[in-house]
Amino acid sequence: MELAILAQQTLNGLILGATYGLIAIGYTMVYGIIGMINFAHGEIYMVSAYVTAIFLAVLHYFGLANVPLMLLAVLLATMFVTALYGWFLERIAYRPLRGSTRLAPLITAIGLSLILQNYVRLSQGARSQGIPSLLQGSFAITLGNDERLVQITYVQTLIIIVAFLSMAILTVIMHHTSLGRACRATEQDRIMASLLGIDTDRIIATVFVIGAAMAAIAGVLVTLNYGSFDFHIGFVTGIKAFTAAVLGGIGSLPGAMLGGLVLGLSESFFSGFVNADYKDVFAFSLLVLVLIFRPSGFLGHPQVVKV
Amino acid sequence: MGERTSLAQPLLALQEVSSHYGPVRALDRISLTVNAGEIVTLIGANGAGKSTLLMTLFGNPRASHGQILFAGQDITHLPTHRISPLGLALVPEGRRIFPGMTVLENIALGHTALGNHRQGPSLDFLYTHFPILKERQRQKAGTLSGGEQQMLAIARALMSQPRLLLLDEPSLGLAPMMIRKIFALIRSLVQSGIQSGVQPETAVFLVEQNAHQALQIADRGYVLVNGTIRLTGTGHDLLNNPEVKHAYLGTLV
Ligand SMILES: Nc1ncnc2c1ncn2[C@@H]1O[C@H](COP(=O)(O)OP(=O)(O)OP(=O)(O)O)[C@@H](O)[C@H]1O
Ligand SMILES: [Mg+2]
Repeated sequence: MELAILAQQTLNGLILGATYGLIAIGYTMVYGIIGMINFAHGEIYMVSAYVTAIFLAVLHYFGLANVPLMLLAVLLATMFVTALYGWFLERIAYRPLRGSTRLAPLITAIGLSLILQNYVRLSQGARSQGIPSLLQGSFAITLGNDERLVQITYVQTLIIIVAFLSMAILTVIMHHTSLGRACRATEQDRIMASLLGIDTDRIIATVFVIGAAMAAIAGVLVTLNYGSFDFHIGFVTGIKAFTAAVLGGIGSLPGAMLGGLVLGLSESFFSGFVNADYKDVFAFSLLVLVLIFRPSGFLGHPQVVKV
Repeated sequence: MGERTSLAQPLLALQEVSSHYGPVRALDRISLTVNAGEIVTLIGANGAGKSTLLMTLFGNPRASHGQILFAGQDITHLPTHRISPLGLALVPEGRRIFPGMTVLENIALGHTALGNHRQGPSLDFLYTHFPILKERQRQKAGTLSGGEQQMLAIARALMSQPRLLLLDEPSLGLAPMMIRKIFALIRSLVQSGIQSGVQPETAVFLVEQNAHQALQIADRGYVLVNGTIRLTGTGHDLLNNPEVKHAYLGTLV
């Protein structure tokens, strides 16, 4: 029985952690390339939940009944629209501030957060929204003696597969394509990159687009899993994902994924074995402890200051 | 000006170029030229503005006065990333290799300026000049020694098959043997073309504090003092100039 709880909490933690990891990627890549925490990133995730619902409704209206096809279409369309939001934010709010004080884009990010929240609240209403569940059913994984070990729904399976697959694809892009190479060069030395002919403004915009698209994947998956959302969900989830990015070492891509998993698992174990009401307190205490004792995180570089 | 013959046109021409860091003027109405196939040396003391001059060509800082022409085209106001595709390649002060990337990735980044459709020099060509880079190609560039990093920075610049190779103190921090090797390489690059026969008119603009060797291989030279050109002449003339001898060659007049 204890074993079953452990297994179930591990599964829950993996799922939670995978979504944190997906969102953390946006924080960490933007920090890596322009040394700024994009505090509006959580709202990008929130927007993607609404976009998911809108596309589901649209496809339903047009009578698309094939569920896998529908999910794929919603995923791609939501990634695209959310990526546009990311691109637009960088273009209108952050690029004009490049070269100004470090504080200016930070304040702008907080302002953008409020604007996005209120924009969604005004256009979509303040009440919690929901989608019907599309994928019902689950597998049970049992032990030899027929004792049930863990129950995993189809949606949870989908989350794990899509999350890890997209992280793997992103890793391949960053390490084996010329776009990825240009991103990493811009991150390491922006001036040198531009001397070599890399359009660093374009690369920075691309990083915002990638971050938003990854957050959109999380948004689609979580929305499919929970079914409901409101204009506030970006705040707590955003801070959790930011915690994951710091935990893994902000600026490090594998660090964001690892940090997400560690945070998801420890939060899940904490709520399973200690106290479910205090899981957020636990997560934020973890953030404080990491910031005090190991500000560079698991995989980050020791110095945090970026020139 | 007004002449259309490309022979008479310098590859690089600066006309009264000034640049500033904030309110501080670092370059004051610099005029100089580099012709195709030439090695031109710029010498000057610490803080004279040598590195600033090279960076100003790339708009970083941007020239606050005057004009920069490359192959007749006005590049004064081009965005930084549009400069190297025209055929300029810089080996910057401090080398600025990408330490977290492999040697091979660093070299590949040098190809960016050529875009997807133009072919640069082959890796084999680079590796015959820099065999050590071949041995180290899968290693993180940050783990290379100073001399190896300098070679990597040069190899990266050559990957774009430049018409003008700009070198900022390539001898800094290198052993005398390595310096001789690098200077010999610079000579042979100009003589043979960056890739034999393809780019025979390659020019080199060499910034050095190591004035003696730099002037020896140079066709012409300029002396920069406090952001202005103080002297100019052939490499040979400058080597024998009393002022240069005194200030930069460490010999008493
Ligand atoms: N980024 C910068 N911001 C402000 N001032 C600068 C900057 N870079 C250089 N300077 C100033 O501009 C002047 C010229 O500097 P520059 O680096 O071009 O000299 P240099 O001739 O290359 O010297 P060195 O031989 O030491 O490399 C110096 O007075 C320097 O302090
Ligand atoms: Mg210098």
